[in-house]
Amino acid sequence: MANLETMTINMGPQHPSTHGVLQLVLELDGEIVRKATPHIGFLHRGVEKLAEHRTYHQVLPLTDRLDYLAPMHNNLGYVLAVEKLLGITDAIPERAQVVRVLLAELTRIKSHLVWLACHALDIGAMTVFIYAFREREEIMNFYEEISGARMTSNYFRVGGLSADLPAGIEERIRKFANDMPGHIATYEGLLTGNKIWQKRIQGVGVISAEDAIDLGVTGPSLRGSGVDWDLRRDQPYSGYENYDFKVIVEEGCDTWARYHARLKEMHESCKLIHQALDKLKPGPILADAPKIVLPSKQSTVNTIEGLIHHFKIVSEGFKPDAGEVYVGVENPKGEVGFYLVSDGSARPYRMKIRPASFINLQALPKMCEGSMIADVVAVIGTLDIVLGEIDR
Amino acid sequence: MGVEETLGNNVITTSLDKVVNWSRASSLWPLTFGLACCAIEMMATGAARFDLDRFGVLFRASPRQADLLVVAGTVTKKMLPVILTVYEQMPEPRYVIAMGACACSGGIFDTYSTVQGIDEHLPVDVYVPGCPPRPEGLLYAIMKLQEKIMKERNSFGAAIGVGERING
Amino acid sequence: MSVQAAVDKLKAQFGDTVLDVSEFRGETTVVVKKEAIVAVCTFLKQDGFNFLTDLCGVDYLGKSPRFMVVYQLYSIGTHTRLRLKAPVDESDARIDTVSGVWATANWLERECWDLMGISFNNHPDLRRILMPADWVGHPLRKDYPLQGPDREPYQGRLQ
Repeated sequence: MANLETMTINMGPQHPSTHGVLQLVLELDGEIVRKATPHIGFLHRGVEKLAEHRTYHQVLPLTDRLDYLAPMHNNLGYVLAVEKLLGITDAIPERAQVVRVLLAELTRIKSHLVWLACHALDIGAMTVFIYAFREREEIMNFYEEISGARMTSNYFRVGGLSADLPAGIEERIRKFANDMPGHIATYEGLLTGNKIWQKRIQGVGVISAEDAIDLGVTGPSLRGSGVDWDLRRDQPYSGYENYDFKVIVEEGCDTWARYHARLKEMHESCKLIHQALDKLKPGPILADAPKIVLPSKQSTVNTIEGLIHHFKIVSEGFKPDAGEVYVGVENPKGEVGFYLVSDGSARPYRMKIRPASFINLQALPKMCEGSMIADVVAVIGTLDIVLGEIDR
Repeated sequence: MGVEETLGNNVITTSLDKVVNWSRASSLWPLTFGLACCAIEMMATGAARFDLDRFGVLFRASPRQADLLVVAGTVTKKMLPVILTVYEQMPEPRYVIAMGACACSGGIFDTYSTVQGIDEHLPVDVYVPGCPPRPEGLLYAIMKLQEKIMKERNSFGAAIGVGERING
Repeated sequence: MSVQAAVDKLKAQFGDTVLDVSEFRGETTVVVKKEAIVAVCTFLKQDGFNFLTDLCGVDYLGKSPRFMVVYQLYSIGTHTRLRLKAPVDESDARIDTVSGVWATANWLERECWDLMGISFNNHPDLRRILMPADWVGHPLRKDYPLQGPDREPYQGRLQ
């Protein structure tokens, strides 16, 4: 007689796919997954509580480490939220806004390259990992020249940028954006026509549009189910309303659709980088708000006002009005939002981060149940989760 | 003209320690144990530009087949029992590299849920500072670990019961 | 429809369960009584706010009521945002769950329970999500020390 019990196995916090410390408890009936329960919290570092004990400037490095694959996007979301709280959104200079868009799109390509590398590596296509990380090294070179660090950039500041772009980097970024579509074509040549890839991806991880909206899924995972959503177009920030780009919506609702959605998004990002480079004009990079942005070195050393402002901003921090704001940006993973409550002091009273991957992960049981255990790996890859953002 | 004996018939004299240490240092097999942001830099170190494979380093998924634990990322109190279980499953000789500020000392996360350094619970051989450390930093750490392994004495003897193990 | 029209409809429907309407930096916040939260959310969902962006709790230690549960709503059709708040008293830190209205509230309410200690009635699975299952205390509350109860607070800077 066949044994009709289900077997519970643990896909533990330490497992070879490099998505981080996620624990999945799977109840299996043979190879079919009957129930999948994610357990998270293994990387909970207390960022939200730590933010309550730091000034607004000091919270910025903490935001780098949330979604560590797209650090400039988290910086951007936080900086936009603080600027909205202060009411200086309109005072940000043009050059700072264009550079923010440029780096945000470069970061989007960077994050999607890691998605492609890890997704393909989990399913078995190891060459794509090496190729994608080679392109990623090029972007990390730009990061290092612009901000000083390969990954945790901490480059944007409340009011603009921390430093101007180094000379000569625009031509190299332009060359990169010219070469990138060729590289994406290489990845497609390795994967899209590949029968094994198609068999592993098509029909896997299906989620309908109604379920996706109900569960709060955002980003390419939502656009792959046919929902026309993009915060860059619907709630534009940092000048996105002046750029011409297409929102990629795929109707397939499965992993195959999300794969195509993200690849096409990388093409759109290259176009946006070209447009941003064309819009780049010389100008100031910090808003004219002496009580908020740090003064220049000459001003700090030579004038008494500069010295006092520098001292006050560094030791005490600026004090926004009491109130609360919420700003969401279109992260490569979805909508990452910052809800800031201020009580008039130099520290945020409450900072809540809307973590795109946390809410996307809620959809995992719905996408996995009923399919085979090998598909669970494909679904984790297609949801593109980052544990730093889930656990904060 | 020509040699009558091939090279393979010759005998090389060396010390047992040197051979054992050389073979251990030249093929360190780490466990894939990335926790947070440092894991991405570890992956970048293993990728094409900074290649770890030329050091004999091969990432293994099972702790039973690994001899190096690179703790890359923040260690939280919820994750600690898992790390200890994995460490105990690794057969000796085993080494630990604490990669990144969070593994060395808790990093910027001085909070209720973060362990302030993995050396509170595990014996660490090499510390790599940085947030995240550059891939060259991790390569230097592996090279330093290789030097440390080369300085060990009598590890083979200690394993079979002849004398004590002497660390360099 | 615009946010103002939605708020007017809400006030017309619910009368004095709407405690306060305020605006700050272009964002509208509505405070309602916690008993009516499911009815208000269902009404707003039918009115077009079909996406729950975020749900969190805020601890106003020293004020009464102590907690505020905040719901960030978004309308996909009209691209507008609305913030909904419900005050929760410390003595009775419970509120109804809205996971029947938007399924995304499930994990968000679990996180609110885990970190803030606000309990949700009729929640399908209310247990800790980020902290270990046997953790004592609710870390994000203002009277919980940053370094945790078992370590000395950091001496180098002011709180």
